[in-house]
Amino acid sequence: MGKSIIEKIWEQHIVHQEENKPDLLYIDLHFIHEVTSPQAFEGLRMKGRKVRRPDRTFATMDHNVPTINRYFIQDEIALKQLTALETNCRDFGIELADLKSPDQGIVHVIGPEMGLTQPGMTIVCGDSHTSTHGAFGSIAFGIGTSEVEHVFATQTLWQTKPKTLKLEVNGKLQFGVTAKDVILYVIAKYGVNFGNGYIVEYCGEVFRNMSMEERMTVCNMSIEGGARAGLVSPDETTFSYLKGRKFAPKGKELEECVEKWKLLASDEDAVYDREITIDAQQISPMVSWGTNPGMASAVDGNIPVGSSDTIDEKELQRALEYMGLEEGMQITDIPVQHVFIGSCTNSRIEDLRKAAGVITGKQVHQAVRAMVVPGSQKVKKQAEEEGLDEIFKSAGFEWRDSGCSMCLGMNPDAVPAGEHCASTSNRNFEGRQGAGARTHLVSPEMAAAAALYGKFVDIRNIANQSEMQLH
Amino acid sequence: MEPITVYRGKPAVLDRNNVDTDQIIPKQFLKRIERTGFGEFLFYNWRYKENGELREDFELNQPEAAGASILVAGENFGCGSSREHAPWSLQDYGFQIVIAPSFADIFKNNCLKNGILPIALSAENVSYLMKEAKNTDVEFTIDLPNQKVFGPADFVAEFEIHPYWKEMLVNGWDEISITLQYDEQISKYENTIDVMSTK
Repeated sequence: MGKSIIEKIWEQHIVHQEENKPDLLYIDLHFIHEVTSPQAFEGLRMKGRKVRRPDRTFATMDHNVPTINRYFIQDEIALKQLTALETNCRDFGIELADLKSPDQGIVHVIGPEMGLTQPGMTIVCGDSHTSTHGAFGSIAFGIGTSEVEHVFATQTLWQTKPKTLKLEVNGKLQFGVTAKDVILYVIAKYGVNFGNGYIVEYCGEVFRNMSMEERMTVCNMSIEGGARAGLVSPDETTFSYLKGRKFAPKGKELEECVEKWKLLASDEDAVYDREITIDAQQISPMVSWGTNPGMASAVDGNIPVGSSDTIDEKELQRALEYMGLEEGMQITDIPVQHVFIGSCTNSRIEDLRKAAGVITGKQVHQAVRAMVVPGSQKVKKQAEEEGLDEIFKSAGFEWRDSGCSMCLGMNPDAVPAGEHCASTSNRNFEGRQGAGARTHLVSPEMAAAAALYGKFVDIRNIANQSEMQLH
Repeated sequence: MEPITVYRGKPAVLDRNNVDTDQIIPKQFLKRIERTGFGEFLFYNWRYKENGELREDFELNQPEAAGASILVAGENFGCGSSREHAPWSLQDYGFQIVIAPSFADIFKNNCLKNGILPIALSAENVSYLMKEAKNTDVEFTIDLPNQKVFGPADFVAEFEIHPYWKEMLVNGWDEISITLQYDEQISKYENTIDVMSTK
């Protein structure tokens, strides 16, 4: 019987195995940031412990950094947290991409960008969107601060092997339908907990045809379906993305690695605990209307009336009251006052190119405040070299420095209470983008279009295939 | 970590599904660099009005929920962000046990690491306990060694827990000290893998 990539990577990383215990799993790569690490470092100090492998640990500042005037941090508590990270990295010998570094950015953008994220690895970070790195064919998952401390001290974690789920999307996506829409569709159809206890492998023509950045968007939101990790078997797209990146193997070494990585791909006859198959043609551009990522509909659809398989009546009513919306309302009737293009889900160069393609030569609606926050300083620089910043700025968008920003509003970027935001981020929880803020999750193209019209519009209706660089 | 064996306490009900960790502890409280003091911010946006007064309609602000140490909640409790500040705030507020039909994976792990016991029971059992919990002066007993929850009258329900975690919680062990006993095996493993450096 064949094996899936999940089983292959898992087995390669077992340090110790015995009955009635989880497996002791080796962790190849550990990313850290300012918010979930200070208490872990404190724990090490209290016990006089060291970081076992600083050479397998990498730090950045992303969650609470300002995206304008970034060197003048007015929030004293945020500053204290950033200073603590600096001190901790110095004391424990960990490489840090701080605010001055050209490598700085959202941890899940810079890991792949620098070539640190590679196929076959086990990767952790004190952040649930660590699942992003699964796009390279690695087992990557979010952990809590106690686990961060455990990895610091031992470079391992005790893990019970999750079940495996094969999620196959076959056929070709419709024009205007993006990676973001695929994952939003999956979560809306199967619910926010369909992946609990599983690692998801994304299979089929649709994911095969995706670029690395699109695969990252999909894997990123695995956690919104309850799966700690989601991955794609590596292929030529993966290998050519890695070529020439700072930390990726080079020359003959790369060739050898590629041969090894090819063996990781799931065997044809691999068996999974659960399988889901979807026809790509069923998927439309999506817009979330509620307070979790499963509460989403096609842009040409409506907010549901009454409960469904995945949402009960009480949850529906509570969500609609918070969102200030009504049952049965058309998605295209929802007003939009804010547009946020950014976050570890959709802030990479391809995302910015696609959004820019929609707004070129046009103006942001007068009732809308729109903002672009590139995922990293490198993405920002690249976009500026391509002139994308000028396209955004002349359309009326704000152009910022990199960070998590308005995805979770830990820094000064927030949406005011009661106002609606078309956001390319990953969570529409109550208060996520600011107390009382009403978040709608969409693709970069749909966010850009909403900025022009002050409401949601179907990208398929306004886009001319020959003019716009859509999917 | 305090050991848990047989635990008796007062329940409180939060009959909502998919309660995410952004609700349990909103982001503005994640900037602290300590592990303690998060209890006063637990469920902040649900618990307090904008002017800082308690919201009368929030479940935990009801008189019968005062002094509760067992939280009974809806399915997929603790979904979303991996922030361990969520269990820290539950514990600091006074909750030692959370009972729900299901838990999000990362949240469940974070609870276990902090000596909070997440107990998954069937939806029927959870809704029975929710009804009972609304009576004042009711207490539930959790017997971890025997994996049982005792409610009012003759109610008993068994629950599953991985033997590894049961042993850790019953003894209140520090997991890192235990793993460090495997140091030699970790080193041996490290000798077999490719070199890498983040520097």
